[in-house]
Amino acid sequence: MYQEIILDHYRNPHGRGLRDPFEAEVHHVNPTCGDEVTVRVHLTGGEGLDAKVEDLSYDALGCSISQAATSVAHDLLVGHTVGEAFETLEAYQTMVQGRGKVEPDEDVLDDAVAFAGVAAYPARVKCALLGWLAFKDAVAQAQAGGTS
Amino acid sequence: MTAIAPTDAGATLDVAKIREDFPILSRTVRDGKPLVYLDSGATSQRPRQVLDAERAFLETSNAAVHRGAHALAEEATDAYESARERIAAFVGADIHEVVFTKNATEGINLVAYGMSNASVGDGVDPAAERFRLGPGDEVVTTEMEHHANLVPWQELCRRTGATLRWFSVTPDGRLDLDSDEARSVINERTKVVAFTHQSNVLGTVPPVEELVRRARAVGAYTVLDACQSVPHAPVDLHALGVDFAAFSGHKMLGPSGIGVLYGRAELLEALPPFLTGGSMIEMVRMEGATYAPPPARFEAGVPMTSQAIGLGAAVDYLSAIGMDAVKAHENELTDAALLKLQDLPGVAIVGPRTTEARGGAVAFTIEGLHPHDASQVLDDSGIAVRVGHHCAWPLHRAFGVQASIRASFHVYNTMEEVDALVAGVRRAQEFFGVVPQ
Repeated sequence: MYQEIILDHYRNPHGRGLRDPFEAEVHHVNPTCGDEVTVRVHLTGGEGLDAKVEDLSYDALGCSISQAATSVAHDLLVGHTVGEAFETLEAYQTMVQGRGKVEPDEDVLDDAVAFAGVAAYPARVKCALLGWLAFKDAVAQAQAGGTS
Repeated sequence: MTAIAPTDAGATLDVAKIREDFPILSRTVRDGKPLVYLDSGATSQRPRQVLDAERAFLETSNAAVHRGAHALAEEATDAYESARERIAAFVGADIHEVVFTKNATEGINLVAYGMSNASVGDGVDPAAERFRLGPGDEVVTTEMEHHANLVPWQELCRRTGATLRWFSVTPDGRLDLDSDEARSVINERTKVVAFTHQSNVLGTVPPVEELVRRARAVGAYTVLDACQSVPHAPVDLHALGVDFAAFSGHKMLGPSGIGVLYGRAELLEALPPFLTGGSMIEMVRMEGATYAPPPARFEAGVPMTSQAIGLGAAVDYLSAIGMDAVKAHENELTDAALLKLQDLPGVAIVGPRTTEARGGAVAFTIEGLHPHDASQVLDDSGIAVRVGHHCAWPLHRAFGVQASIRASFHVYNTMEEVDALVAGVRRAQEFFGVVPQ
């Protein structure tokens, strides 16, 4: 499960730290282990799915899987439209929740395919999704116009 | 129905022989690795004697207990009450002081909701007035509690307007009972003092006598979470002098779905019911009902029967080994685990570092390594430990750690398994490159 890509992102996370400006900030917790992540999003341009993810900044406390997954989310989602980011998120979520039966699309998921092995360990799926689902929540709140 | 004869393990513990009673312990996991089960603090494994007792009951005598007059109903009721009698004797209680619940969590909630029901409205039975709580009253618990002995009291306080107070934990994993602040935690406003008999994380065994003494001095009721003590050591509830105590079957080699609430006879007589319905009534009219004496008053509905019989068999099994022998064996394993883990650079024990006033839960952290990651490496070697906050989030916060790794033992664990754990921790450190220089 611990592919070198995951360990690299864990040791040297990309885009870590909370930055301004941002439209929404969310705090998500994994209640089974206490892992925490704070995610901010900064959206520009169009409305809804056409808006651009200008930045995803974060602060995370947790295991290598949750930390590395959030780092990869930063790489894959920033610079894309919300619509594209949600498509990537869906592909990622389908893969890690797929109990090893989903063939990941490397063109869409890039470094995130390294997390395919997590699917074999149901207890760790939450770790792999923590930062990604926080991002989804933050976008929803940003577009609803508020910070929680 | 008679008790199934347990293994005669004798006074000196023959662990190899005991292990033969537990089919699951001989299986392999993760590509053929022998299972090293160090998570009995979460749930213990069950010997054949318990599984056989449940099956034998279901194949010969199964019926709804305490209702019906046919042969099976009679046999089932006898088996159920016989289990209650043996379980009561096992913890030094009288038979009518043992209430069957789903688990310890339900037992503690039963007490909290009984008190809650004594605190609302008029027309409560005058005998229940002694349990009435309101603004100005205080409920005391401790920072080392499992959520099951904390959240029900938070909720009771919220519903009644009482105030929650607690004893803090010292850096070495003991209850702070003697600082100036601690001295006033139990006072004349205190109505309930709820505390653990053995921390499920730290292993700490708090001084029960002293807490009971302070509670009695102000007329407060004591509620003991005995989940981690009854399965691992001799416990005599009458001798301890607590008012209520709760424990779970599945942590003491018995089935899940069965637990026990103990209450001093005089108190169960006065406590209002928690769950209401069939079986727990004395007389019902459309306008209202009166209730059966305990323990029936607290066992509404058709109860879990084969589980109670299974727990009776578990108690027979443990009694045949002898709880002194169980305790001594686990103490040896704990002592070795504490010494060997502390010997590893970068490993820190969360809790007391010696076996003094301490049971067999050993929690620790590894510098630079998240517990989830460590447990993954251990799991790949077939070693099952618990990681996370173990339902004791405030305790972890008090220690400034987000999560920990916990190894916990039962009578079937071996010294070789302690060594496997230690070797596994070292392997995890090497894999993640966090061995301190």
